[in-house]
Amino acid sequence: MTFTRTLLATSALVAVGGTAFADGHMASDMTLVSWGGAYQNSQQKAYVEPYIAMNEGVTAVWDESSAEAVAKLRAMNEAGNITWDLVDVVAADAIRLCDEGLAMEINPDEDLADAPDGTKASVDFGDLIVSDCFIPQIVYSTTMGYRTDLVGDTAPTSVCAVFDTEAYPGKRSLEKRPINNMEWALICDGVAKDDVYSVLETAEGQERALAKLDTIKDDVIWWSAGADTPQLLADGEVVMGSTYNGRFFSLIEEQKQPVAMLWDAQVFDLDGWIIPAGLPADRLARVKDFVKFATDTQRLADQSKYISYGPARLSSAPLVGKHADLGIDMAPHMPTDPANATNTFLYNYEFWADYRDDIDAKFQAWLAK
Amino acid sequence: MTSVPDTDAAGRVLSADGTPLKQSLNRALRRQKLRALALIAPLLIFVLVSFVAPILDMLFRSVENQLISDNLPQTVVILEDWDPNSGELPSEAVFEAFAGDLQIAISKKVHTRIGSRLNYEKPGISSLFRKAGRQVKKWDIPNDGPYKEKFADLNKGFADIEVWRTIKTYSGAYTNGYFLNSIDMQKGADGAEARPENEQIYITLFIRTLIMSLAITSLCILLGYPVAWILANLPSRTANLLMILVLLPFWTSLLVRTSAWKVMLQDQGVVNEVLVWIGLVADDSRLALINNQTGTIIAMTHILLPFMILPLYSVMQTISPTYLRAAKSLGATDWTAFWRVYFPQSIPGIGAGSILVFILSIGYYITPELVGGTKGVFISNRIAFHILSSLNWGLAAALGTILLVVVMALYWAYDKIVGIDNVKLG
Repeated sequence: MTFTRTLLATSALVAVGGTAFADGHMASDMTLVSWGGAYQNSQQKAYVEPYIAMNEGVTAVWDESSAEAVAKLRAMNEAGNITWDLVDVVAADAIRLCDEGLAMEINPDEDLADAPDGTKASVDFGDLIVSDCFIPQIVYSTTMGYRTDLVGDTAPTSVCAVFDTEAYPGKRSLEKRPINNMEWALICDGVAKDDVYSVLETAEGQERALAKLDTIKDDVIWWSAGADTPQLLADGEVVMGSTYNGRFFSLIEEQKQPVAMLWDAQVFDLDGWIIPAGLPADRLARVKDFVKFATDTQRLADQSKYISYGPARLSSAPLVGKHADLGIDMAPHMPTDPANATNTFLYNYEFWADYRDDIDAKFQAWLAK
Repeated sequence: MTSVPDTDAAGRVLSADGTPLKQSLNRALRRQKLRALALIAPLLIFVLVSFVAPILDMLFRSVENQLISDNLPQTVVILEDWDPNSGELPSEAVFEAFAGDLQIAISKKVHTRIGSRLNYEKPGISSLFRKAGRQVKKWDIPNDGPYKEKFADLNKGFADIEVWRTIKTYSGAYTNGYFLNSIDMQKGADGAEARPENEQIYITLFIRTLIMSLAITSLCILLGYPVAWILANLPSRTANLLMILVLLPFWTSLLVRTSAWKVMLQDQGVVNEVLVWIGLVADDSRLALINNQTGTIIAMTHILLPFMILPLYSVMQTISPTYLRAAKSLGATDWTAFWRVYFPQSIPGIGAGSILVFILSIGYYITPELVGGTKGVFISNRIAFHILSSLNWGLAAALGTILLVVVMALYWAYDKIVGIDNVKLG
């Protein structure tokens, strides 16, 4: 097997040798990896276009592979041929990549720009730097939305409406994975928010959450793509369902569907960059230069002109303006807006890094039953 | 005049130069074979390097477990003497060796990988190793012991016998743990044991995958046979036109076709709306056609149908219509003529189509993921999850190996029952 590896590594060397040292000590090409769609577009507009305008001759190519980034990075690493320069991943994946030694550790105060008032990056990003390798960009949340015309006279106000098939009959859509669903199930089964993870740590707690989900199992359509719930809501297939808040924004504000959001117990999650481990010096220099620019206070605030995700820097929040096309104020659509964030739930990264595989096995076995 | 004798003392036939005929014939044949081999060598080497080797490499991961023995070498050796069933933690010597091994692992930045590996077996170890990494690298070994207490102070997880049992169980360079896991078993205190019932999933999925793939293959035969027959018996101009209709879905993206089925089959979808409109189905009891096994079978039958029609069509084209005419002129009814004369000649096409469709459907995962709901997903969905998401490639490799062996066993059974010579693509 060493043979294949050597073979792949040799071809990698040839490929790298071809592009190295084109622009002094910085490479002139970057391959950025993201999720495609509206989100990648917002990054193109807010980060890449201004960067290229400032640095002539630099080109950036997108690879829409974030969903498979963890596996692909590992394969590239084993083959000794890293073709990506910067990868957009959710925080949980960043932790896994960091643990596997596939992402480079960064020093926030050195590698990231200070806030305009001189606050160090490590303070400005604060707790959102959940891994030594993770460079946060946005805060998004997974939350509930419902069809305003299908829920009767009393619109739901709590996330527990999902479990209330008496008051809100009809199908609901939930993500086909344990994360978020297990937490909501426990909260609606009477567990205090602060105790959720200590309950979920035990086998009994996991049984309890699954038992709660079992009460609505026949009424749930399980989704695996973020676009599923918006489609199901628009077609009237479900009365309510969970997805990312940005998807709801485009469903409600851009497509004008009769849907409203339930910010209650929204689960915050983070998305950001990682730099793959083992980049050659010239490419690393280029990507560090880009990241410093792309995650500064103004750039993160600019991104919210195109998509309703909250900037990960404290100092960016006051700079959030209006949507570039719709012209509406974006601040009220941010998951971090005080009006939306009255009851939020913090996703525990450490917990899920430990228990994800175990609970996922139980969750999938329960689903298959 | 002396001539070369025709036979030697043992009675073997000799050739003109006196060597036994058999030997000389073999030599000539061997030369021919070598030349043939040299001709196909480029392709053979290419297939070996780019196809067989990566697959073997992947399959090898199902037993490979060197990460732990390589990176905790001293600990693993001393831990051999410890009996996990004694109810006591390993000795101080183990902890000291562990501290030393861990420091080296931290400097190589592999301690978190060891944690991730062990976390597949016991949840919690991943963060144990990650957190330990920050502290242990500052220790002065072997001068600031005892390490048993130091580790227990660092994190009570290190004082958990189960953690050490896991390390000991998975300390070998090779493991059968992944294979046990893929058949819903695990390595327990006394060897292999069944997993708790609420974690059993893989055997169910293997059986479901096989049954549903068989159902899809049968449906493809039922639907594809008449279509192929019509295509083969129409004048070629019309047949070519209709062939484009068969091939058209081939050129459409898989995701588009699957999404189209969603629009067709959902509760408020086209099929249900029509059925309600003509009054066949009541408005409040619409048919559940998607997000279940029905959805997977319908969508996959549609997607795989061309793989059945094409081999059937090309085989049927070679069946001369004179056979049918002869049968009828000898007094056979339409049915007898078809069943006794035409059908047996089309079996090679059915065989080829069935093998194609069955093997393709066993490995499908995108369509079941999108339209299969909870009960319509295949084993490949779990394999994809372990490759893409959990990064448990060892388990994915074990599941893949089992799937490969099952497919080969079925292929062998097919060869024994029907005969693989009886498969034709045209």
